[in-house]
Amino acid sequence: MKVVSASLRAFALALAFVAGSAAAQEKVLKFIPQADLRILDPITTTAYITRNHGYMVYDTLFATDAKFQVQPQMVEKWEVSKDKLTYTFTLRDGLKFHDGQPVRSADCIASVERWAKRDSLGQKLAEAIESWTAVNDKTFRFKLKKPFALTLQALGKLSSNVPFIMPERIAKTDPFQNITEVIGSGPFKFVKEEWVPGNKVVYVKNTDYVPRKEAPSWAAGGKVVKVDRVEWTYIPDSATAAAALNAGEADWWEQLPPDLIPLLRKNKDIRVENIDPLGSIGIIRFNFLQPPFNNQKLRQALLYVVNQQDYVLGIAGDEKNGHTCYSFFTCGTPLSSEIGAEPLKGKRDFDKAKKLIRESGYKGEKIVIISATDQPIVHTQSLITTELLRNLGLNVELQAGDWGTLITRRTSKEPVEKGGWSIFHTWWVGPDLISPANMAMVNLGEKSWIGWPANPKIEELRQAWFNTSDAAAGKKASDAVQREAFSFVPYITTAQFILPAAYRSNLSGMIIAPVTFLWNVEKK
Amino acid sequence: MIVYVLRRLGATLIVMAVVALFVFSLLFLTPGDPAAVIAGDVATADDIQRIRAKLGLNEPFLVQFGGWVWRLLHGDLGTSIFTNLPVTTLIGQRVQPTVSLTLLTLVVAVLIAVPVGVIAAAKAGTWTDRLVMGFSVLAFSVPVFVLAYLLIGLFSIRLEWLPVQGYRPLGEGLWPWLSHLILPSIALGTVYMAFIARITRATMLDVLAQDYIRTANAKGLAPRAVLTRHALKNAGVPIITVIGIGIALLISGAIVTETVFAIPGIGRLTVDAILRRDYPIIQGVILLFSGVYVLINLLVDLSYRLFDPRIRY
Repeated sequence: MKVVSASLRAFALALAFVAGSAAAQEKVLKFIPQADLRILDPITTTAYITRNHGYMVYDTLFATDAKFQVQPQMVEKWEVSKDKLTYTFTLRDGLKFHDGQPVRSADCIASVERWAKRDSLGQKLAEAIESWTAVNDKTFRFKLKKPFALTLQALGKLSSNVPFIMPERIAKTDPFQNITEVIGSGPFKFVKEEWVPGNKVVYVKNTDYVPRKEAPSWAAGGKVVKVDRVEWTYIPDSATAAAALNAGEADWWEQLPPDLIPLLRKNKDIRVENIDPLGSIGIIRFNFLQPPFNNQKLRQALLYVVNQQDYVLGIAGDEKNGHTCYSFFTCGTPLSSEIGAEPLKGKRDFDKAKKLIRESGYKGEKIVIISATDQPIVHTQSLITTELLRNLGLNVELQAGDWGTLITRRTSKEPVEKGGWSIFHTWWVGPDLISPANMAMVNLGEKSWIGWPANPKIEELRQAWFNTSDAAAGKKASDAVQREAFSFVPYITTAQFILPAAYRSNLSGMIIAPVTFLWNVEKK
Repeated sequence: MIVYVLRRLGATLIVMAVVALFVFSLLFLTPGDPAAVIAGDVATADDIQRIRAKLGLNEPFLVQFGGWVWRLLHGDLGTSIFTNLPVTTLIGQRVQPTVSLTLLTLVVAVLIAVPVGVIAAAKAGTWTDRLVMGFSVLAFSVPVFVLAYLLIGLFSIRLEWLPVQGYRPLGEGLWPWLSHLILPSIALGTVYMAFIARITRATMLDVLAQDYIRTANAKGLAPRAVLTRHALKNAGVPIITVIGIGIALLISGAIVTETVFAIPGIGRLTVDAILRRDYPIIQGVILLFSGVYVLINLLVDLSYRLFDPRIRY
């Protein structure tokens, strides 16, 4: 009996050892994300953290590469009819959702339909589409009412909202209601049981995923996962996040504040790098429904005094992490241009600005800048703009609260005396401002993004851009949009900046891109 | 005593109902809209309106309040607006870290602070007393987060003895659990310890000046017996009261500690929910806190009899 018992114990110990070894061999990438993942649905929100989660779990029909070219991703081949009114897509072999079901045409159509109800470019695509039909399980077709040159760009949109593909039964969810089941066909699987909102998100490698053969390039190419498990641990306190990276409790910190860069650079096992080639762009947004910024001359006056260098230093702390950008379209991308930018780019001219303010008929109306102290990028810009407006002799008041209050308050269309506002600041990631499709450029009055500018001419020019058929015509059309925008001033660009990433030197294979992708990353 | 306990529990229900009404009303008046937070930075006003309608936020106050109370009576605290997870699940995930942190802090603080306070009182006016009081003033003066960073810098970064952040459940083993709680407990407990030590000293000095202590000493009782059996027991009521109040302080202090040490506890859940206007979580957590406070007060009141048999309920 004793022999049996001892044997059993030995067997149990051996099992424990094997299990322990297997656990030890598991490669876990420990990642500190830029924010806490709260909403799991990348269609209902534009939050970048949810977009990044989307890229972990879901795949896309097309994807944008580092040359701004749209490449097939889930799609194997596609055809466009000669009249450019019919697009036929065929899916790759072996695409499978995380629940084991194959990816079908019906899934793709339902997913794109849902996305198109929430995304600004998607809405334009939906306007152009007459019908979407599943030819069979692997082939589907979009029939257009009129040619829409940006069809593939829309389907391969890099940043929020990204047209991720979900199972049809999930994609049928109302686009204004968050999905609760996270089933994609992407390179990682979401482990819902281990999700602790406010703290931890866990993904495991999708072993059924068949990557493309091409090398990875931004969101395109082969999504080869080289770790077994990824753990996102949200650390709200930046000093603690830095300490965790220093101590080796984390492998990668997605975005660190500039003041901690010198501290982390002291550690030879940590690399601090700008892995986002485009960075983000700060903006000053006006309220067009209320005085005084419903007055074009007053908006133009600010173009002559906004000093982007101040904002670069304020936000990024160091010129290495930011630069000026005198374009409405993200600098470093094909449509960026300095056409019409002279008032913003030239010598700062307070006299000219004051002259325009006089001509605007400004009578000392109170200007309220709303800010959020818990969002350093927003608050820094707000402080600089407040000081600038005071120097111009304007009657300005900074009203700071938290982000939750700001984004509620900015929806108010009332005058400042009744809780309204005049200016708020925000920022967009580079890919979101690369073309006239960006939401801040929509000029449809109360149907526009917060601020509600109305300029029919800009809308005509944007539509002309949507209607272009080639890159050269597109560039010409976007230049025309920009020229008018510098006259109308729907918003003012303040800076193009990068929040660097920091990672342990045992990591390699990071994809240099405007979005953080976690495939191809190797941990030694 | 049973009647007293039942009466107190009945009063608790009334308190909770008032708290519930107050919290619900307060959230209505607070600026900030969860629909706007969900919609994100690029949403239009129409998008936000649609989300508000979906969430039922456009319903009148009484309809929303009535619905909430009705669900509450059925044991349903609601669903988080953002995560779509039940509030009970979210609170359940966070209870263990906060309870672990609070209890460990409480036990260590009481075990250290009470004897230190007693010694300081017994040695009143000596260098030992001055040293204890000096440390307690210092402990009072250092903010929790400053102490936390100092501890992380020394014990986690320089000496590499303890982890910087996070929490491991007790199920993963005693040391993983303890190692993640030592630094947060010290950071959180230092002020608390100083507070209890000072109160213990002051109370003990009062008691030591009483006639019956002089009598005990005159009878030739051993000084230790006088201190523990006669003085400390009689000083117990105010000390226990302070410990009870201190637990409430610990829970609120845990918010800062949990943030600095990235511990997924109730404190962080509350702050995150407030920043995002996740109303069901805020309501659930405040109800929970109110219940805990009332229960602690009840236990403190009941414990008085252990120290003073003259107390009747």
